[in-house]
Amino acid sequence: MDADLITQILFAAIKTGTPLLFIALGEVICEKSGILNLGQEGMMLMGAVVGFLAAYTTGSMGLGVLAAMIMGSLMSLIFAVLVLQLGANQVATGLALTIFGTGLSAFVGSGVVGQTIQGFAPIDIPLLSEIPYLGEILFKHDILVYLSFAITIALYFVVNKTRIGLTLKAVGENPNAANAIGIKVLQVRYLAIMFGGAMAGIAGAYMSLVYTPMWVENMTSGRGWIALALVVFASWRIGRIMLGAYLFGLASIMHLVLQGLGWSISPNLLAMLPYVATVIVMVIISADHFKEKLLAPRSLGKPFDPRNMA
Amino acid sequence: MQADERLRQNGASTLNKQQTASRLELIDITKQYPGCLANDSINLCLQPGEIHALLGENGAGKSTLVKTIYGVVAPDKGDILWDGKEVTIKSPSTARDLGIGMVFQHFSLFETLTVSQNIELCLSQKHLDNIGDLASKIRQLSEEYGLNVDPHKYVHSLSIGERQRVEIMRCLVQSVKLLILDEPTSVLTPQEVSGLFDVLRTLSKEGCSILFISHKLHEVTEICHQATILRGGKVVDTCVPSEETPASIAKMMVGDLAEQETQYTKKEGTHTLFSANKLSLPSKQPFGTSLKNIQFELKAGEILGIAGVAGNGQDELMAIISGEDHRANKTSLSLDQMYIGHLSAGDRRKLGMAYVPEERLGRGAVPDMSLTENTLLTHSTGFIKNGLVQWQEAKEYASRLIKKYNVKCHGEFSEAKSLSGGNLQKFIMGREIGQNPKLLICAHPTWGVDVGAALAIHQALLDLRDQGAAILLISEDIDELFLLADRMSAICDGHLSPQVKTQDTNIDQIGQWMAGTFIDTQRELTQETQS
Repeated sequence: MDADLITQILFAAIKTGTPLLFIALGEVICEKSGILNLGQEGMMLMGAVVGFLAAYTTGSMGLGVLAAMIMGSLMSLIFAVLVLQLGANQVATGLALTIFGTGLSAFVGSGVVGQTIQGFAPIDIPLLSEIPYLGEILFKHDILVYLSFAITIALYFVVNKTRIGLTLKAVGENPNAANAIGIKVLQVRYLAIMFGGAMAGIAGAYMSLVYTPMWVENMTSGRGWIALALVVFASWRIGRIMLGAYLFGLASIMHLVLQGLGWSISPNLLAMLPYVATVIVMVIISADHFKEKLLAPRSLGKPFDPRNMA
Repeated sequence: MQADERLRQNGASTLNKQQTASRLELIDITKQYPGCLANDSINLCLQPGEIHALLGENGAGKSTLVKTIYGVVAPDKGDILWDGKEVTIKSPSTARDLGIGMVFQHFSLFETLTVSQNIELCLSQKHLDNIGDLASKIRQLSEEYGLNVDPHKYVHSLSIGERQRVEIMRCLVQSVKLLILDEPTSVLTPQEVSGLFDVLRTLSKEGCSILFISHKLHEVTEICHQATILRGGKVVDTCVPSEETPASIAKMMVGDLAEQETQYTKKEGTHTLFSANKLSLPSKQPFGTSLKNIQFELKAGEILGIAGVAGNGQDELMAIISGEDHRANKTSLSLDQMYIGHLSAGDRRKLGMAYVPEERLGRGAVPDMSLTENTLLTHSTGFIKNGLVQWQEAKEYASRLIKKYNVKCHGEFSEAKSLSGGNLQKFIMGREIGQNPKLLICAHPTWGVDVGAALAIHQALLDLRDQGAAILLISEDIDELFLLADRMSAICDGHLSPQVKTQDTNIDQIGQWMAGTFIDTQRELTQETQS
């Protein structure tokens, strides 16, 4: 294997990993606040279809991304109201959101199936893209990839270095205590959920505007679920999520790579790789209960009702 | 009558003091919850530097009142004066801005954050800027008050006593003028309690007012300047604790019901019924305590009490003995000369073991099930004929329990979660005692139960013992253990102390053991026997 091929593979891994990165970053913020949102797939699909429709009708890619973000947050707002305000079960509500989003996106997008648009053009960053190998891998992408870099760095800073991050962790660990010291638990959770929705929306837009610039039913093909696994895989750390997203991205293009090398393995088998990797990672992590509990937000999935505080 | 007179005096004195502006004054605070008037026109007055005790049984309205002061609960009626000015305390942050700090009974700390991060979360940005370097401020205060708090430690690595000091530190950093402590000593060893009292006295001398909620009356007489006694949501009396005795205050708390200083006869067991032999197991929980070489015998017809500060391995020990956690070696536990370490909880129950866990809702009872159904949980064999549940019998049994233990609820069809903690405790105790077990394992038998019902539970436990059952009692309430247990022991960091007859020991020794003084000698002994 020559260096050029490796560069190309890594370049493609980043491209493939980017939607996973977006959605997993959204989910990790949501989970850090103690909310498990299984509606990722539904929010992502709605983001994809609405983003595509907006870009297709207006011709503006920026509007497409914006529309997808708004759609994602609206979807997550449904979830937030049900879970936070009405005390619905998080798991059931999240699953319902995914099923709802899958159906609704197919319905909304039925008119534009198979239509294509001109996706985001790659932008070579001056100077940086000149770096041998590294420049090829990192700095010849489209704007959304750069956006994902920026968001990752910003979130890393916010979560680990600021009071906002501290508040988020506090709410996810012990909402009752957080409430007692005057943190507005529900408000924090609303914001976290809606941030997750917006990120899922961008992830969807990335699929339908950049990755394959068109709308096909169910085009996210389970990435929302992989992202959930990715968050556990990364043990709720921002840096590891980025690494994990690209690893998962690499796993999902492995069949192309191996084909390129002339190995004759059924592409169907190879297409399973990311899912197999997900299962293996989950098993390895859950084997150590001790560690799993230490790393996870301690109140993840548990409802909090301020009215029960008295 | 006496009470009325005192009330009037108190009222008069508040009027006089209004010119000098009390630190805090509550006027006619009223709070109505569905089905319960938690606070009924409560008046209370606190001077700067005063340590004021708030007394009353569970459900008397103490918690609601302090939550009102701290802004967690909004009162329906009444005024709050702070330094003579009327204020509305909308939220805990308003309270903190005024200079009110609170140390909660169940700590409000975040275990995965460090001490200084925990403290930072409570401070406003303005406050933080004023302080500058928070860690060094914490160190400085720590030295000043002898709190011994390391700002960079993670909270999950701290003992309960240390965590409480972190909470107090959190208030000190905000330079509080009123510190509210909700049952601060219930989780401390006697030695830690006296350390806490030193801190409180220093604070009081500096002019900080302290509102002190406690059930332990000898502490109140030791440290408090004033006391207000609540019953059924009303102020029934006030007194100067140093002029009273614990017995006389108890009488004010419960009316004329109290029977203080009861003594029960101590018994010696007949033959060894249950024993734990070299029981060592790592904890399943990340913040749990591993059990280390636990060894004890329990005789039929005796009560063995295990004292200890919460979180020292009690939960793990209970889980292992009850069978909830059955990772123990087969031979490490035996009942009636039979090895039972490998048996499941259900099989152990069939052999005559019964179990009252600490966590009532979720472990001791299923929250969403009726009391009748909850009875069935542990009486399954009794109420089943030909594979069918005998609902009528189960219902009658449940209603008998409700009557016998005076459980306050709508009826046997009430859901377990609708009962107050104390009432559910009475029900669960009744259910387990009612099985006439050979061995009863019981955590905090009267936790949250009022004095009258506690007496009934004590009597039921003693009757069970007299019938020849063995009882293992795990509690944080040393006084209760001394009252009931025939032999005593203490648990610390997963080590179990030797067992001694209750007559042959005293609170001091058990307190030392709770702090772990026995561990080194025990370790040497085992090493000697091994070599």
